Formats: sequence, structure tokens, C-alpha cells
Amino acid sequence: MSSDTCAYDYYGEVMSTPLYLLLEKYPLSADYLANHRLNNIDKSKPLLSALTEADIDALEEFGLDAESLVLHFCKFLEAFTRSHTCDFGTIHSVTIIGGIDKSGAAENVSLTLHPGEIVSIVGPTGSGKSRLLEDIECMAQKDTPTMRQILINGVVPDDERRFETGGKLVAQLSQTMNFVMDLTVREFLEMHAKSRMVSNVEAVVERSFICANSLAGEKFTPDTKVTQLSGGQSRALMIADTALMSASPIILIDEIENAGIDRKEAIKLLSGNEKIILMSTHDPLLALRADKRIVIKNGGISKILVTSDEERESLEEIEKVDRVLLNLRNSLRRGDVITKDSVCGIKED
Amino acid sequence: MKLITVAGPPSSGKTSVILKTIAALGLPKRSVGVVKFDSLTSFDNVRYSENDVPVQTGFAGKICPDHFFVTNIEGAMKWGRKKNLSMLITESAGLCNRCSPYIRGILSVCVIDNLSGVNTPRKIGPMLKYADIVVVTKGDIVSQAEREVFAFNIKEVNSNAKVIFVNGITGQGTFALAKYFSEVPEVDTLKDRTLRFTMPAAICSYCTGETRIGDYYQLGMLKKMEYGD
Ligand SMILES: Nc1nc2c(ncn2[C@@H]2O[C@H](COP(=O)(O)OP(=O)(O)OP(=O)(O)O)[C@@H](O)[C@H]2O)c(=O)[nH]1
Ligand SMILES: Nc1ncnc2c1ncn2[C@@H]1O[C@H](COP(=O)(O)OP(=O)(O)O)[C@@H](O)[C@H]1O
Ligand SMILES: [Mg+2]
Ligand SMILES: [Mg+2]
Ligand SMILES: [Zn+2]
Repeated sequence: MSSDTCAYDYYGEVMSTPLYLLLEKYPLSADYLANHRLNNIDKSKPLLSALTEADIDALEEFGLDAESLVLHFCKFLEAFTRSHTCDFGTIHSVTIIGGIDKSGAAENVSLTLHPGEIVSIVGPTGSGKSRLLEDIECMAQKDTPTMRQILINGVVPDDERRFETGGKLVAQLSQTMNFVMDLTVREFLEMHAKSRMVSNVEAVVERSFICANSLAGEKFTPDTKVTQLSGGQSRALMIADTALMSASPIILIDEIENAGIDRKEAIKLLSGNEKIILMSTHDPLLALRADKRIVIKNGGISKILVTSDEERESLEEIEKVDRVLLNLRNSLRRGDVITKDSVCGIKED
Repeated sequence: MKLITVAGPPSSGKTSVILKTIAALGLPKRSVGVVKFDSLTSFDNVRYSENDVPVQTGFAGKICPDHFFVTNIEGAMKWGRKKNLSMLITESAGLCNRCSPYIRGILSVCVIDNLSGVNTPRKIGPMLKYADIVVVTKGDIVSQAEREVFAFNIKEVNSNAKVIFVNGITGQGTFALAKYFSEVPEVDTLKDRTLRFTMPAAICSYCTGETRIGDYYQLGMLKKMEYGD
């Protein structure tokens, strides 16, 4: 509401520039015109002159006259160029300062995470893993049931940052998420790229698509509808998209393990872009791939373990076991009879 | 008493969001009340009562619920004061995309859900365009990308609004909303305040009960479509 002054920065330009040139310079203007049913006005003239000749009825229905629409349009341009240039600055660190567990006992921990770091969160169902992710998402300030406090770059985030980023500081992935848009994979990625205002849409879309396909067990084409993707393919696309297109420097993952994706690659991809990743998981392959793991008990952080060399080495063994299980699952799907050999993992796919 | 108006398409999550926000406000029991404006039926009163929230329901019947809202909002305020409420929240089912029950100077909240399709923000009209806060629900069901695109489409229609994501089931996100609710100034009366947007003139013969079809019966304010080839 205070943007009136800034809107005037565009006023002169909008008043003097023919629409077709404005559309070239600010492609989002096309959406603005479409939203006001003005797609068909004369684009060889500046907006105001074009409007005075257009069907003024339609404008009235939107509660605007020609002049107020011009101002409104300037504000629109202002809002989008501002969100384009203003992001959250750089995130150097996120700090979790302990609160209390479900019985009210103090957690007595302080954990600081830096970009590129991966932390897993383990603990029984109902212990409070999702709660910890929520505390980070809302940047709790001793005002959630856990009394935890979250610092960004070592300081208490101001309300602006806490409440008005529209969730942009944090991206979330969880098992319950689906696609509901009626779009193909390509259209979907393009739409997301547009809303992120990336400059090289085509390249980013292409890269995201290739990544998604390399994570998915079964391959898909860019012309597949997102709603027709299998669970694994959806998850793969969501991960690739979050990793490559989402600007959020913090990624929270809530139990996405049984998704039929290449988990090793997924983690590599997500952490590759200097993001901070926290993932709640029951899956040893994911938990041990993290740098640290937070153990939750009775709603509180009971331990923070650093993944040991021995644990890292044992990952290989765990992967073998995992492969045996995967092969068994595939044999069952094919209708094979399970033999002792298949259990021992001799018959690899 | 503080007054907040909440509107949104049917089943978008208004009641869920209001209940979770009341919980997050942490005000004394029974000090926040709700008036629900609906058209034909509503079961919201049951949910509010279950949560010990004082509630009144009004049915607009054949009148546009938003017109009904303006006619009855002062009565709602009177009820709220009688009940000694410190905050009154109105919930309106926005059925017609042409209306919006927002009053100048009164915090106006629009609740829409992620499932309604990415282009929905472009179609909702004044209810979204004139809101101070747009609450987006059901984000737990859709992908991060869809949430981002949805928020972007909202911003395209209403670049001034604060967009807040709320999970109506767990209450995640209501923290921020509660903060804005609690910062609202007290109001004594709504007399002489104005709506943010003119409501449409519903004065054709069908508004007054005409049911027959044909030019002869169509009187008053009419608008005829132009058909292409
Ligand atoms: N998954 C999910 N479901 C939600 C969310 N918010 C609301 N719902 C569900 O959506 C349905 C409708 O929610 P209500 O709160 O009754 O919606 P409303 O807007 O008050 O509906 P009316 O008053 O009848 O127009 C309920 O079944 C809620 O449980 C959410 O964030 N996530
Ligand atoms: N420290 C705490 N104090 C109070 N309640 C808590 C605490 N930690 C978790 N809870 C609550 O316990 C319940 C289960 O937690 P949740 O995070 O869903 O568990 P998980 O994801 O591990 O299955 C939730 O209602 C959550 O709000
Ligand atoms: Mg959980
Ligand atoms: Mg309701
Ligand atoms: Zn109406």
C-alpha cells in the first residue's frame, strides 16, 4: 500500500511507450492484460491511449477507470521488478536453539548449520520430527510448543523476514505431496521458471527435466502430464525442480523414502546448490548420507551425532542389502517364484 | 472490539483456518466469536461450538451472500458486543466472483486453496484483489513448485497482499496470521464506513422472482452476450 511513490518510477515509461515495446521488456505485462480481459487492445499505442478506445465496460467490471488502471499497472510492474531483485540476501547459517521436550525437560542444545550441510532427523513415529521441521519453517521464537528458537545468520530474524517471504526462505518436500496441475512436464517446468523469473527458461527447464529423469526409476517424456506420473516419477520431478529452480536456501524433507527414486543421486543433487537440507527419515541410506543426525526422543533433541567414518563405510554394505530387497520387489512384481538364491542377492537385475 | 472479515470460495478452509488462528491467538476462552454468513446450509456452527467459540449463522437464501453481509454486519457487531467479545471474525462463503465483503479500514482476509487450480487466483476477482491478506491452504497436498506458482499468480492479481501459507489441519502458518489479527485496531461502529468495492446492481426482472424465458420478460439492467461466427 505504500508503493505509490515507487509506482511513479514506471509512470513516465508506461505513458510514453507503445504497449508492444512494454510487452517485450516486461513479458509479465501480458498476464496483466489477460487478467483484465484486455488482451485485444491496440498494442501500437501506449496503454492509456489504447484504453480510451477500448471497451470501457470491461474495465468498470474490475472497478477501474482508464487512469487508475494505468497506475495499478505501474504498481504491478513495480511489485514484480522489486521481488525480482530483492531476495533474502545470503544465508550463511541457521541456528537451532533448544527448547523443551514433551515433558518440559530442557533440550540444552544449540546447533548451527551452514550452506551445503545435510542433517537427518531420526526418531520413533510421533516423537516430534515433523515438529522440528515446522519450527524451522516458521522460524520459531520460543512461541511454539517446543519453545525452540531459530536464528538466521546468527540473529533473530525480523518479522518482515519471518512472515512476508511467502514461504520462500524454506522449500518443503513431503510424501503426501502431489501434482494437481493439468499440465505436461514441460509446461509445468516452464510455468515454474516463469514465476521464478529466471532469465534462461529453456536451459533451466531442460536441465531440470534431465535431472528428474536420471532420478526416476522409470523414464518419462516432457510431454507426459504431471498428474500421470507414477509416485517415483513425481517425487523425482519435485526433487529436481526444488533443487534447480526453487530459490529457497533451506530445504525441509519429511519422510520421502519409499518413493522409488535414486536416493543417493537425489541427496547429491539437492545439496549441490549450497542449500541447507534437513530431512526426517527412517531410511538408513538417507540418514547415513547426512553429515549429522539429530536424534529425537519424546519431542526433544536428545542427541546430535556426526556421521562416523565407520558408518560411511557401512553405507556400501547397506546399499547391497537394499539392492537385494529391490530385486526381490521386482521379482515379485514380475510374478517370479522367490528362491533362496534371489534372497541371497545372486540374481542381480 | 476488533473486527476481521474472512471470505473465500466454498470449502477452501475458512473455518479450519479461523479455528487454528483462534487457538494461536491464545486469548481467553469465549472472547473471540464468529458470525458465519452463508447461503443455504452450513455446518460450521457445530465445529465452532465444539471448540467453544461463540457463533451465529445467517442464511442469505436467494440473496447474494455478500449483499446479505453488508446488510447484517452492524447487527453482528451488536451481537459481539453483547457477548463481550474482544474480537469478532466474520466468515463469508464467497459464492459469486463478482462480490467481496470487504470494508475499508477493516482487516480483510481471503482464503483460497492450492487445489483449486493455478489459474484460480486470476478468476476470483474482487474477493482476492481487495484482500489485505491472502491465506493459501492445502499446501500439504501439492508440490513446492505449485505452491510457488500459485503464490505468484496471487501476486499478479493483488501485488499488495501478504500471502500466507496455512495448513488448516495442523495449524502450521497460523502463527503469522494470529499476529496480524492481534494488531488490528479496535472499532466502535461501522456506520458510514464504505465497502472496498461496489456490489453489482442486481435489478433485473429475474432478481425479483421472474422465472419465464423470453425477451418480453427481461426488464431492468440487462447484458446480452455477443456471439462470434
Ligand atoms: N489437506 C488439507 N486439508 C485441509 C486444509 N485446510 C482445510 N482442509 C480441509 O478442507 C475441508 C474444508 O475445510 P473448511 O474449513 O470446512 O472450509 P470452509 O471454507 O470453512 O468451508 P465452507 O464454510 O463450507 O465454505 C475440510 O475437510 C478440511 O479438513 C489443509 O491445509 N490441508
Ligand atoms: N517438544 C514438544 N512439546 C510439545 N509437543 C510436541 C513437542 N515435540 C513434538 N510435539 C507434538 O507431538 C506430536 C507428534 O510430533 P510429530 O512431529 O508429528 O512426530 P513425527 O514426525 O516424529 O512422527 C505433534 O502433535 C507435535 O506437535
Ligand atoms: Mg512426521
Ligand atoms: Mg466454513
Ligand atoms: Zn454477489
